[in-house]
Amino acid sequence: MTDYKKDFPLLKDSQVAYLDNAATAQRPLAVLEAEKAFYEKYNANPLRGLYELGMEATDRYEEARDTVRDFLHAAKSCEIIFTRNTTESINLVAYSYGLNNLKAGDEILVGIDSHHSNLLPWQMVARQTGAAIKFLECEMDGSFTDEAIENAVTPKTKFAAVTHISNVIGRVNPVEKIIEKVHGVGGVVLVDAAQSAPHIPIDVQKMDADFLAFSGHKLMAPMGIGVLYGKENLLNAMSPFLTGGEMIESVTREGAVFAELPHKFEAGTVNGGGAWGLKAAIDYLNSIGFEAIEEKENALTALAMEELKKIPHVHVIGSQDPKEHNGILNFTVDGVHPHDIASILDGAHVDVRAGHHCAQPLLAHLGVMVTTRASISFYNSEEDVLRLIEQVKNIRRLMGYDE
Amino acid sequence: MMNNTFYNEILTDHNLHPAHKKKLEDANLVLEGVNPSCGDDIILELKEENGVITDGAFVGSGCAISQASVDMMLELIIGKTKEEALQLADLFSRMIKGEAKGDELEPLEEAMSLADISKMPARVKCAVLGWHTMEELLEKEAEKNL
Repeated sequence: MTDYKKDFPLLKDSQVAYLDNAATAQRPLAVLEAEKAFYEKYNANPLRGLYELGMEATDRYEEARDTVRDFLHAAKSCEIIFTRNTTESINLVAYSYGLNNLKAGDEILVGIDSHHSNLLPWQMVARQTGAAIKFLECEMDGSFTDEAIENAVTPKTKFAAVTHISNVIGRVNPVEKIIEKVHGVGGVVLVDAAQSAPHIPIDVQKMDADFLAFSGHKLMAPMGIGVLYGKENLLNAMSPFLTGGEMIESVTREGAVFAELPHKFEAGTVNGGGAWGLKAAIDYLNSIGFEAIEEKENALTALAMEELKKIPHVHVIGSQDPKEHNGILNFTVDGVHPHDIASILDGAHVDVRAGHHCAQPLLAHLGVMVTTRASISFYNSEEDVLRLIEQVKNIRRLMGYDE
Repeated sequence: MMNNTFYNEILTDHNLHPAHKKKLEDANLVLEGVNPSCGDDIILELKEENGVITDGAFVGSGCAISQASVDMMLELIIGKTKEEALQLADLFSRMIKGEAKGDELEPLEEAMSLADISKMPARVKCAVLGWHTMEELLEKEAEKNL
């Protein structure tokens, strides 16, 4: 297997088996250097300066936008809005689209596997507009059947908030089918791609998503830069989310004419260094290629699942096929609380997430309260996975059980 | 490599075989304590007579640290006066914050084994759940009697 850890300063000489990649990725040197370079070579306030350096900063920022456009296979750069993260992207749509377009009698369809950040904004919209939340329910292995989609979408479905890959299940959801069905009744669909963007190619045009959101930090970019893709006609019709500097054409004492897309949605000084870092992250990811990424992640996931299955009292959530996990493995150990598991693993420098993974309705639906999640990235090694397994094998004995 | 020394026999024994995990039929002080971050949820029941805690028990579920800690606490406070119990709670709380160390901790007996949790901020709430619930319960009771 190719060793990618050498590209990551934090992992290169570290003892840590970092298996919390679904929470946030590590950053390769190329990203760290890009962010530094932005401030060393191009720093001025993007979109404002009428001098050479200011234009350099603007060019870098817009180059980053073009890179994201290509990454998502969007038609136009103006459909790419930079935000802080997925949560902010979704909130932008909830406030600017949801509050103004939804009303009592409408249904907002939300996937039961949604992260809280793709549920709470819609609960807010429902409270304020009188629209009703309806859930698209999954099977016990986290899959969505055609029948479930068929039944969930009604003539009242005016909006759907769906997840491309759940941070608990790891499977690629049939978003195209859901989008087609919702479009069939005249509804609009937002896809949460926070967990999919780092693992699989995304084509917003082929998918026909109306909105799609992801975070840079899960994709090896700096924290604090995220993306909202929106179809141009929808974004144009929406009012700004935040108002203030550099999102206007003109301002009078009484009002303002807002700027064109995408700047209408980017009020205040932007995260230029973050955007340039995101570009570097996408370039780095492309240099490896999704094919190689998937191959490595699937191989490591298969190894982890194979070994976990051999350990008594350990249960893996979701599909039994490693290829349907995208590196995301949630598991339980009978009689041991996930927070104890995470603390014990931490003692061996194995970093995992434990808890409800911001998906309490999904876990309740699956009948588990809390789980432990190991999430694998292409830059993890076989050794990382084997260290996890070795520790999980001992957990029950360490907690006082006979086996 | 292991630095989590509190995952030892004292903790696992209190977690798997808690002496005080039961319903207390004649309890006169009852309060629920919840730690949403871990999902720890306990109901603490005490029997108090003339300022002395004569019996105590808990029911609930949660991580090993929360469950073992409340069991150790009950072991300590049964037979003690309310004031003594609150003093122990204060000492435990200071131990978990890393403010009390060494010989000073002797009165905590087995609960001293949780001292290293002071180095794990994410688990502090688990360790203090039972103790905070008891403090709240006794303080509420004191207010009522004013």
